[in-house]
Amino acid sequence: MIAYRFKNLMKEVWRWRVSYLLLSPFFILFALFIIIPTVTSTALSFTYYNILQPPHWVGWQNFKTLLVDDEIFITSLMNTLYFALITGPVGYVLAFLFAWLIHQIPKRFRTFYTTIFYVPSLTSGVAMAVVWLVLFANDSYGYLNSFLIQAGVIDEPVQWLQNVKYIMPVVIIISLWMSLGTGFLAFLAGFETINTELYDAGKVDGIRSRFQELWYITIPAMKPQMLFGAILSVVGSFKVGEISKAVAGFPSPLYAGHTVVLHLQDYAVLRYEMGYAAAISVVLFILIYGIGKLCFAVFSSKGE
Amino acid sequence: MLKKRFKFKKDYSLFFIILFLSGLGLFMMLPLVFLVSTAFKPSEELFIYPPRFFVENPTLQNFKDLFLAMAGDQIPLSRYFFNSLLVSCITVFFTVLLGSLACYPLSKHKFPGKDQIFGLIIVSLMFAPEVVEIPRYLVVSYLGLMDTYSALILPSLAFPIGLFLMKQFMDQVPDEIFEAGRIDGASEWTMMWRLALPLIRPAWATVVILAFTAIWNDAGSSALFTQSEEMKTLPYYLSTVNGQGVARAGANAAATFILTVPTVLIFILFQRQVLSTMAHSGIKS
Repeated sequence: MIAYRFKNLMKEVWRWRVSYLLLSPFFILFALFIIIPTVTSTALSFTYYNILQPPHWVGWQNFKTLLVDDEIFITSLMNTLYFALITGPVGYVLAFLFAWLIHQIPKRFRTFYTTIFYVPSLTSGVAMAVVWLVLFANDSYGYLNSFLIQAGVIDEPVQWLQNVKYIMPVVIIISLWMSLGTGFLAFLAGFETINTELYDAGKVDGIRSRFQELWYITIPAMKPQMLFGAILSVVGSFKVGEISKAVAGFPSPLYAGHTVVLHLQDYAVLRYEMGYAAAISVVLFILIYGIGKLCFAVFSSKGE
Repeated sequence: MLKKRFKFKKDYSLFFIILFLSGLGLFMMLPLVFLVSTAFKPSEELFIYPPRFFVENPTLQNFKDLFLAMAGDQIPLSRYFFNSLLVSCITVFFTVLLGSLACYPLSKHKFPGKDQIFGLIIVSLMFAPEVVEIPRYLVVSYLGLMDTYSALILPSLAFPIGLFLMKQFMDQVPDEIFEAGRIDGASEWTMMWRLALPLIRPAWATVVILAFTAIWNDAGSSALFTQSEEMKTLPYYLSTVNGQGVARAGANAAATFILTVPTVLIFILFQRQVLSTMAHSGIKS
C-alpha cells in the first residue's frame, strides 16, 4: 500500500518535473540562506560554540542565562518592545491613513504626493545618520536645540542623543519618518482596485460619509493587503538596531538604545559566543512569529 | 468619481486634505532638504552659529573633497561606488529572473509539495536576515565564498517578498491562457518563455524597486561577508565614517546624497507600474 502510494507520488513528481526545475534556482538559494540558517540557529542555541572549538551541547543553559541572569538582555528586550509597540502600530496606521488620504485626491496629483511620502523609506537609515546627528546634536549647534532655544521653549540645549530619556523616542521618530514603505504602496494599490460598484451599493444602503465608507466597505475589502502590510510592519519594527547604533552609538549610554538585534550582534560579532547569540535569535524569531500569527488571526479573510 | 459621490461637501474636504498632505509632505521633506543643503554647503557655513538650514553659497567643494580625499587613501570612493553598483545590478537582475521562473509553476501548476513551499514562503515574509547573521556567515564561509562578489550577491537573492509579489500577480492571469497553450501542444518550457514571462513583466518594476532599495542600502552583507577594503560597498563605507563630527559632515552629506539619488530616480521611473502589482500583494489565508 505504502509502496503503491509512493510510486504514485513519484509518478506525479516526474510529471511535474519542469515545475520543480523552474522552481529550483530560487528554492536552492532559499534553502541555503533562509531555511538552513534558521534551523542551524535553533540547533546552535542549545550549544556552547565559539567558532574555534566544535559546539558542545549545553541544553537549556543559554535560555536560562538569557532570561534569568542577563539583565542587559532584559533591557534590550524592553527597549525593543517599547519601540515595536509604538512604531509598529503607529507606522501602520500612518501608512494606511496617508494612502487613504492620497486616494481621496484627484488622480493627477497622486503620483506627486505618493513620491513625497514614500521617498524617506528609500533612504538608508545608517547613511542618513549624517542628518540626524546634526539635527538632534546635543549642543546648541544642533538644529532642533537651536530652534527650540530661539523659540523660547528651552533655555539649555537638550542632550537628545545622550540623555537616557530621549534616545528611544529619537529612534522612534526617525523610524516613523521612514515607515511609509512597502505596506504604504500595498495600501495605495489596494484602494485603487476596490470595485467602485461596492461604493454605489453602499450609498443606497445609507452610507453618508467618507468615514462610514472607509469603515464598512474599504477596510473589509482591503483585508489581504492589510495583512501583508501588518506582517512587514511587525518584522520591520522588531529588527530595530542599526538606527539606534548610528545615532546613539554602541553601546548607547546606560544601554538606553540597546535592542535585541544589537545584543545579538554584541555576542555574535564581538564576543564570539555563537551559541548564546543563537539563543537570542531564537527568542527574536518566536517573538516575530508569534505576533505575525496574531496578525494572521486578526486580518484573516477566511470565510468572507 | 469622488466628485459624483460626495458632491455636497467635496470642495471643502478635498481642499483640507490637499492642504494637510502638502503641510505634512513639506515637513517630511525637511531632513532630505537638509541633506541636499548640507551637501552643497561650503565649509564655513557648516560652522555658523546659530546654524542655518539652507545653503547660501552652494558649492561642489564637498563632492570634490570626497573624491580627492578618498583618492589619496588606498581605496578611492569610486571603488565603493563601483562595488555597490555591480552588486546591486546583478542582484536585481537575478532576483527578477529567478522570481519569474519560480512564480509560474507556483501559481499555475499543481505539483506535489506546492502548498507547503508556498506556505514556507509566506512564513518567510516574517524573516529578517539580521536575526540569522551567524549561520548565514557559516554557510557563506562553508561554501568558500568569503570576500567575493558572490557572497554579497547570493544571500540577497533569497528574497521571498519578490517571489511572493510575482506569484500573487501571476494568480490573476486567467488559467485559460495556459490551457489554450497546452491544447495547442506547447511544452511547459515554451509556455514559460512565450506566455508566462511576458505576462509577468508588469510586476518586474515593483520587484526591481524593492530589491534595489534593499541591496543598495545594505551595509550588513559587506560587513559580514567581506574582509578586504576593496570589496566593501558604499553604504558600508558610510556606516564607518558617520559620527566623525561636524568637520566631515559636508563630505558625508555629499556621499549620502550620492547614495540616495539612484533609489529615488528608480522609484520615480517605475512608479506607475508599481501600483498595478502591489494591488495583488494581499495575503488571502
